[in-house]
Amino acid sequence: MTVLQASHLNKYFYQPERFPVLTNISFEIQRGEFLTIVGKSGCGKSTLLYILSTMDTDYEGTLTIGGRLLTGLKQPDLARFRNEHIGFVFQFHFLLPEFSVLENVMLPALKLGRFSREETESRAYEKLRLLGVHEQALKAASKLSGGQQQRVALARALINDPTLIMGDEPTGNLDSANAKNAFDILQDLARQGQTIICVTHDQEFAARSDRTIVMSDGMIVSQ
Amino acid sequence: MYSTNFRIAKTHLLAKKKQTIVAILGVTFGIAMYVLMASVLTGVNKLVDNLAFQATAHIRLYKEADINRESVLETVYRGSNTLVKVHHQKPIREKLYLRNASEILDDLRRMPQVTGVSAQVSSPVFYNFGSVQFNGTLLGVNIFDEDRLFDLKGQLKSGRLENLLANPNSLLMGIGLARKMNVLEGDNVTVVTPRGVVFVLKVVGIYKSGIGALDNVRSYTNIGTVQKLLQTDPTYITDINIKVRDVYSAAGLAPQWAKRYGVKAEDWATANSTMVASNKIRDIMTYIVSVTLLVVAGFGIYNIMSMTVNDKMKDIAILKATGFSGRDIIQIFLTEAVIIGILGALLGVVLGFVFSWMVSKAPFDGGDFISIDHFPVNFNPVFYLIGVVFGVVTTLLAGYFPARRAADIDPVAILRG
Repeated sequence: MTVLQASHLNKYFYQPERFPVLTNISFEIQRGEFLTIVGKSGCGKSTLLYILSTMDTDYEGTLTIGGRLLTGLKQPDLARFRNEHIGFVFQFHFLLPEFSVLENVMLPALKLGRFSREETESRAYEKLRLLGVHEQALKAASKLSGGQQQRVALARALINDPTLIMGDEPTGNLDSANAKNAFDILQDLARQGQTIICVTHDQEFAARSDRTIVMSDGMIVSQ
Repeated sequence: MYSTNFRIAKTHLLAKKKQTIVAILGVTFGIAMYVLMASVLTGVNKLVDNLAFQATAHIRLYKEADINRESVLETVYRGSNTLVKVHHQKPIREKLYLRNASEILDDLRRMPQVTGVSAQVSSPVFYNFGSVQFNGTLLGVNIFDEDRLFDLKGQLKSGRLENLLANPNSLLMGIGLARKMNVLEGDNVTVVTPRGVVFVLKVVGIYKSGIGALDNVRSYTNIGTVQKLLQTDPTYITDINIKVRDVYSAAGLAPQWAKRYGVKAEDWATANSTMVASNKIRDIMTYIVSVTLLVVAGFGIYNIMSMTVNDKMKDIAILKATGFSGRDIIQIFLTEAVIIGILGALLGVVLGFVFSWMVSKAPFDGGDFISIDHFPVNFNPVFYLIGVVFGVVTTLLAGYFPARRAADIDPVAILRG
């Protein structure tokens, strides 16, 4: 089953003058696939990821996720869609420092409002346990180590059972042990049927994923 | 949904307690000062108004020396195509009294909008007691009519109004005048008119209106006594004071009656134009200072909210990435502003009340002019209501623009670093 379909994506930067960043990008992802996008710095892989994430809407072409055409939707609808269908992991963990670990994980679910507060809390605990950080649940997010924070961020990405998890260098800021750990978790999730797209320049990380898209100068070189 | 945004707002505020407290105090002082200013300044206005109505009738009818009359030459040559010019005409000798006073009085008493009418005869006099002599005014009135207009009973420090009727040659003296001459109730004073008529009158009471300018010069006696002093007949009335149902209709009624009766009519606002002007100035001052204070408090909030938004760029980007929309972000930051506004405004009115109460207890010597011993403070609940509403509205406005900016943040630009 196709989860994501990008067809003929083009994007331009206008500063200092108009030049193409992405040229005619088309690809699909199947359910349960663990896809990595690699390429040199400036090849447009992050730009592509942010278009796929629905946060960047300034592009040509069409984007469909889970059978729904997202190109042309308004910001509030896209926010709602992200909330429900996309989980995000960044290079830096980006947890909200004033909130506890548990609250950080719960916030997207509380926003979605699918479950009651109590259910949301127990689901958040479940996700934290899955990632082995449930003992830190009531600590302030800023008190955790880098590796732990990245795992909390992953738990937050998983809380609404998203159609798709997107990672922008999710292991980029971790030491090799923690990076391996994070990768194993992602791979586990993929085996359980979770679709994952990660941008990385870690060759080893890419080699161990199911499929790798190589980009250069805004174009797909191989997939 | 709302409660999630509210929780985020609350967490933000609690995470930076010091900043939150500073923002709240900004609003608090703004509102407290507004309440204080409004209470004290309108308190003064009210006091001055009350004093004015104690001394001035709503409308006064009187006769004025007519200097714009037609000269004899003009009367003679009227219509004869002759140019007549009389240069610098002097006033003729005429008695300044209301010619058909009793008809005017009867007519006024029949009007529904009139609640009280009092006829007066006034004369400048010299008061002699022992060897001292003071000039002043002797006012002949029907003491009960006058009481209905100016509450003389309440102003009496000693004696009774009825004593004036029991003894035709008696007077009620202003407290300032009595003190200057060291006159007590029961003393006889000699009164001399400008034409040299001498009368001995007995002091049967002493009154205090609270206005130095009156208490130092004026005495009340019966109409007939003054008429005798001036050697005139019982129809001689110089002034008619009128009280109307609606004080603000006086300005409109005065010219109507002036025309109807062919006399001069002066309403209270014209008679007290200095007072009306200074009341207006105090009102304007209240508004200017209050608005300034609130605007300053508003800028304080704007500043703090802007700083918060700048500090929280990353958090806002994350919230947006995880599915919070621009509207949610606005709601979060507006909620913060409103919480600051409501807490600040409520504290502000409480503090404002405490300040006003303290001022109302502070001793204040009105001197000879106004007899008060404490600052007049107007505890009107309307000011407290306005304070709260104003505080919340200001913070809403001050919070809206930073919130708007937060909502417009492009998460991609921040998350990509």
